[in-house]
Amino acid sequence: MAAEMEPPPLGDAGQTDFREIEDGEGFFVSTVTILESPEPSSPDPPSMPAEGISTNGPKQEDISLDDDPEDLFAEATEEVSLDSPEREPILSDGPSPAITPVTPTAMLTPRMGLGTAEMFERSLDELEEDESGDTFDMHIAVSDPEKVGDGMNAYMGYKVTTKTSMTIFSKNETTVRRRFSDFLGLHSKLASRYLHIGYIVPPAPEKSIVGMTKVKVGKEDLSSAEFVEKRRSALERYLMRTVKHPILLKDPDVMMFLESSELPRAVSTQALSGAGILRMVNKAADAVNKMTIKMNESDAWFEEKHQQFENLDLQLRKLHASVECLVCHRKELSVNTASFAKSAAMLGNSEDHTALSRALSQLAEVEEKIDQLHQDQAYADFYLFSELLGDYVRLITAVKGVFDHRMKTWSKWQDTQLLLQKKREAESKLQFANKPDKLQQAQDEIKELEGKVQQGEKDFELISKTIRKEVSRFEKERVKDFKVVIIKYLESLVQTQQQLIKYWEAFLPEAKAIA
Amino acid sequence: MMQEGLDDGPDFLSEEDRGPRAVNVDLQTDATLQVDISDALSERDKVKFTVHTKSTLPNFKQNEFSVVRQHEEFIWLHDSFVENEEYAGYIIPPAPPRPDFDASREKLQKLGEGEGSMTKEEFTKMKQELEAEYLAIFKKTVAMHEVFLCRVAAHPVLRKDMNFHVFLEYNQDLSVRGKNKREKMEDFFKNVVKSADGVLVAGVKDVDDFFEHEKTFLLEYHNRVKDASSKSDRMIRSHKSAADDINRIASTLYTLGTQDSTDVCKFFLKVSELFEKTRKIEARVAADEDLKLADLLKYYLRESQAAKDLLYRRGRALVDYENANKALDKARAKNKDVLQAETSQQVCCQKFEKISESAKQELIDFKTRRVAAFRKNLVELAELELKHAKVIFYYTWLSISDSIKSVSQPAVIGSPIGWSTIGPVSSGFGRCRPSF
Repeated sequence: MAAEMEPPPLGDAGQTDFREIEDGEGFFVSTVTILESPEPSSPDPPSMPAEGISTNGPKQEDISLDDDPEDLFAEATEEVSLDSPEREPILSDGPSPAITPVTPTAMLTPRMGLGTAEMFERSLDELEEDESGDTFDMHIAVSDPEKVGDGMNAYMGYKVTTKTSMTIFSKNETTVRRRFSDFLGLHSKLASRYLHIGYIVPPAPEKSIVGMTKVKVGKEDLSSAEFVEKRRSALERYLMRTVKHPILLKDPDVMMFLESSELPRAVSTQALSGAGILRMVNKAADAVNKMTIKMNESDAWFEEKHQQFENLDLQLRKLHASVECLVCHRKELSVNTASFAKSAAMLGNSEDHTALSRALSQLAEVEEKIDQLHQDQAYADFYLFSELLGDYVRLITAVKGVFDHRMKTWSKWQDTQLLLQKKREAESKLQFANKPDKLQQAQDEIKELEGKVQQGEKDFELISKTIRKEVSRFEKERVKDFKVVIIKYLESLVQTQQQLIKYWEAFLPEAKAIA
Repeated sequence: MMQEGLDDGPDFLSEEDRGPRAVNVDLQTDATLQVDISDALSERDKVKFTVHTKSTLPNFKQNEFSVVRQHEEFIWLHDSFVENEEYAGYIIPPAPPRPDFDASREKLQKLGEGEGSMTKEEFTKMKQELEAEYLAIFKKTVAMHEVFLCRVAAHPVLRKDMNFHVFLEYNQDLSVRGKNKREKMEDFFKNVVKSADGVLVAGVKDVDDFFEHEKTFLLEYHNRVKDASSKSDRMIRSHKSAADDINRIASTLYTLGTQDSTDVCKFFLKVSELFEKTRKIEARVAADEDLKLADLLKYYLRESQAAKDLLYRRGRALVDYENANKALDKARAKNKDVLQAETSQQVCCQKFEKISESAKQELIDFKTRRVAAFRKNLVELAELELKHAKVIFYYTWLSISDSIKSVSQPAVIGSPIGWSTIGPVSSGFGRCRPSF
């Protein structure tokens, strides 16, 4: 595989970046590359470090793989350098120099076997099948968090860049500035419009009073920087998930959000506003209602899915908690390793045997590098793994909400039916009571109610159908998401180990040299 | 491959052939007297060590014999060395630390109490781990006691000590009781006085350059080793915690993977398997670091203290000698009790010179032993770290390619969320990373 991994001669500015990493990163195989060559037998794993496969070489090829997500990979090329701080992270909103529109097949054929080429063709077809009309080609980036204003009225403004070739958008590339409450406002509009008819609306990132206050107050420290980064990343994922939904994408509010330069302030998203309090009251009412509705589930599919999602929710929450623990401990490990490194350096200084003193100093250096490695790994743990899990825990809450709405729809339908029945009984009684005007009124009401019952049944069937589609789409997305992210995460682990190997290999002769 | 380390526990007991298994100390094995701990039994609150001796020396009745000893008897032996004036000029091998299974026992107990709240697999797994931990601590304490005996056996003078021979040979209980409260208080006060005195004595400048240098060196070295030892302990504990977390993650992924047999579940199962393997190795890494680094530092913390004690005794003798000289001068001036003063001065002089003579060699030997021990352990540490990193690398890499194979839907290629989720995130890394 080593030979196959040689970065293709794209000959552009981006190439130099990748070359730099080449000897450092060694074997870092990107997800997609591995996809193309499903037989991993060729590379010889233990001798990885020697093979110097470029980190981003394969990614260059990723870009060329797809016409559609080409722009996506523009951002992806910058992705990883978990431990090469010397690489300037290319901001996602600028045009990436690394992307050159190269025809896919020319890139691919020397590396891929026929089988994988077919896979590739098939996948594009599948994608096209998914979306009717425009093939999905869109990338949104959230970047440049900037504090606007001062004191408690300050807020963070984010640059939202949309790159797309889809025709429903007026421009190929739009950039707007948005603040957090704008995102929340968008979500609340979408939720009120689509949730009750069964569409899974991706939940917006959570508010955080503590985090924001720190930022507002102007604390320029590590934790507020981390908070801003966490939020920026979450906002980006939120937008991407939202536009991936074929219905939501076409919603005018979404388009306005992405394109119009000015957006009316979404005041109703504030926690303590009238709307906020109303929301809280509604939530409480909903919770009570949920407990009282006993639905006769005639459809086994829903019963099964509901149970499935309950289980999934439980497990994902557990997993999320464990991963958060891991992040915490790894950060701790990094700090403790750094402190040990300093201590070892001091010990080396006081050791009066020169060779041993030198070896101890080297040990201190190795440990210092390792602590940085642990820190980077902790970031990967968090941003890749933990945030994914957090997103899905929230998404599943949205899914459960949609199921609940279905129950509510059913309940409304049933209630209307019950009411109709009562009215019919009342009408039949009136027939014998000889009160013609009341009778007429009752018959009118019955007609109206019959209409409502029919509507209720239609609503229920519609929401059931929508949910089925949504769930199937959700499952597909979930599978994709998890696989991609987890593989990405595994790659970060691989890279960490590789670096460890490098460091200890460098130290070993020093230790042996103690005479 | 994973089992090898677990079975053998600390390096002390595995790779060396018969002969002193002491690793922190590089000792010459000598056929005339070989001591080792051939067996050990852990009872409720004490450990019984079987001390096995092979000797061609005429002092012993047999050539090969064993006795059972407990920790207090080791301490008795050590203290008898310390209190023996004859040995004032030697570095007394530091006493082995008391076997401490409290923490481990507590964890096992907590596990037993919490049995109801976890699945059977989790319980069995945790129990196995705690038992392995218990075993590791057990092996460590055996090794520490053995190292002590081997050091004594290797020392040209101490090996001839009567108490040592009694310790090795007398197959009845030595009736050594642990110190009672009053004696412990006495010890405590003695130590306070000693350290105060030590400061005074250390303040006296030595005419001999070698000792003056050693004094300064040991003081600083001892403090730094102490610091390094505690920091390495903390680092290793974090490492263990991280490994434990990976264990939990592996379990949850396994549960997720067994919910149904779809593709994504198979994927979860594979990842769970990988994490299971990884965390075992990470636990080994922490254990190896503990043995090669933390234990090394702890041992040299104790030895450097013993070396400091030697210097203190010498300094004390020097002060006594100088005082005796002054007393002699005074006596001669007053012409009163001159003989007494002369004898006193002679005694002090002899004592001081005797200590000085052996102390120099002891300190040189200490340096040699230290350098050799550090070299051995650092090399082994690096080799083990390297081995483990390679293994984790290999498994993770294998798992990635396996997982990719199981991706039936190559939709990964067209997965905007996947890439965009990760893409710009890394640009955030750069902004977020703090600088040390």
